[in-house]
Amino acid sequence: MNGGNFWYMGGYARYVWPCIGFACVVLAWNLWSARRYLAAAKVRAARALAMAASEAR
Amino acid sequence: MTVSAWEAFWLIVRREMRLSFRRPEQLIQPLVFFLIVTTLFPLGLSLQLSLLRDIAPGVLWVAALLSALLSLDFLFKSDADDGTLEQLALSGHGLTVIVAAKTLSHWLVTGLALVLVSPIVGTALGIPVEAFATMLVSLALGTLTLSWLGAIGAGLTIGLRRGNVLLSLIVLPLAMPLLIFGAGATDRAISGTNAAGALYLLAALCVFTCTLAPFAAAAALRITLE
Amino acid sequence: MWTWFYKLASPPYVYGVAAALMPWFLGLALLTIGYGLIAGLGFAPPDYQQGDAFRIIYVHVPSAWMSEFVYTTMALAGGIALIWRIKVGHAVAAASAPIGASLTLLALVTGSMWGKPMWGTYWAWDPRLTSELILLFLYVGVMSLRSAFEDPARGDRAAALLAVVGAVNVPIIHYSVVWWNSLHQGATVAKLGKPSIAGSMLWPLLSMFVGFMLFYGAVLCLRLQGEVLNRERQSAWVREAIKS
Repeated sequence: MNGGNFWYMGGYARYVWPCIGFACVVLAWNLWSARRYLAAAKVRAARALAMAASEAR
Repeated sequence: MTVSAWEAFWLIVRREMRLSFRRPEQLIQPLVFFLIVTTLFPLGLSLQLSLLRDIAPGVLWVAALLSALLSLDFLFKSDADDGTLEQLALSGHGLTVIVAAKTLSHWLVTGLALVLVSPIVGTALGIPVEAFATMLVSLALGTLTLSWLGAIGAGLTIGLRRGNVLLSLIVLPLAMPLLIFGAGATDRAISGTNAAGALYLLAALCVFTCTLAPFAAAAALRITLE
Repeated sequence: MWTWFYKLASPPYVYGVAAALMPWFLGLALLTIGYGLIAGLGFAPPDYQQGDAFRIIYVHVPSAWMSEFVYTTMALAGGIALIWRIKVGHAVAAASAPIGASLTLLALVTGSMWGKPMWGTYWAWDPRLTSELILLFLYVGVMSLRSAFEDPARGDRAAALLAVVGAVNVPIIHYSVVWWNSLHQGATVAKLGKPSIAGSMLWPLLSMFVGFMLFYGAVLCLRLQGEVLNRERQSAWVREAIKS
């Protein structure tokens, strides 16, 4: 293990860590946005089914 | 009386040409736009002619691209508006032939006009006369390819709200390789090196597009008209 | 065996498979990405020429590869949907587009950050960078085109056609470093035979490749479920499916 150099990255910290950070942001955004999309789709589907059911009556 | 595909092709080309000349503003507006855009760069940059020469190919090509985008509006819109497009699609001659005819005539009145005007613009931007041949050939090939790419984009965006913006968004990324090679060829001709390589690549792009684009554009129209 | 293919064209089947596979994909993805980052950032030795700056490779290269892979998947799925009229294909294409676009952006940003210490500039108009940027524009174009149509089915078909037409760009990106004198580095890993990179640097990178692929699978499963639901809202099987 590089010990202290891990955070310092041999002087390149201001290039390496923002990259890793942005990568984590992009991955997290993908998960979060996909979950939200699915939840919204389920809500819309439930609403459509409820409307169809009430129309059938 | 049945008409062969080839006859149908030329009938449509003649029709398009006749219609275009009846509405001269469709021809003149893109041309004037081309001239105006090329003027903007020297005005904005206030460079001497000798320095302008360096950016001239790029300016010429960007202006040609933007002008082509403007003129694509006329390709399908009026026929789509009055129902002629549907009639042509139903005519049984295959949408590919029809699209090919319309795109070729479109290029003849827009792209070719651009090519013919380019020596004037080239001189205004400081392009030396020795580079004119390359410039003309590259613009001819490039505008033809652009008309085809534009036909695909126009076919996909007929009748959409803000279809113009979307058309640009679709066509410009596809046209970027064209810009790189086209401007590159003229650039080489200006600096005196051999432009043949870039011209061959441009020609290859043109042939590739001309063979495949008719089918893609016809498919696009089929999606829109269904 | 072919029945499996037919099943894949069925929206309820695909919905169920996606729901079941997602946690597995996600779990394995997090493991492989976690290992890749820890080993790559903490344990791999610094590069002889680039020092510790080379570690950006662990996010840049997998995201760049995935940007091409996802676009190809999107174009293939769209093409299949267009030719054989399989609606699930459109769902896969629609689900993949935002994922691919975000990964392309990641590739461009991390590449730019890597470019500064490596080449001295945040950007260069060289073939690979330019064609990757074009890829981002293509993704945006496809997504915009799909949402511009009032009729979603027509939007799906238009977007599929555009994706197929734009697929020409993917080989250009990939082979740009071979065809042109490019500032960008050539193939390091995909060379047949011995890759020109040390083992302790290579394994975390391979793990990141696998991890990103699995992650795409996980997010695709989630979005695909949503896309299928949106397209099949009226169907009977949906009632049971959304109870979960």
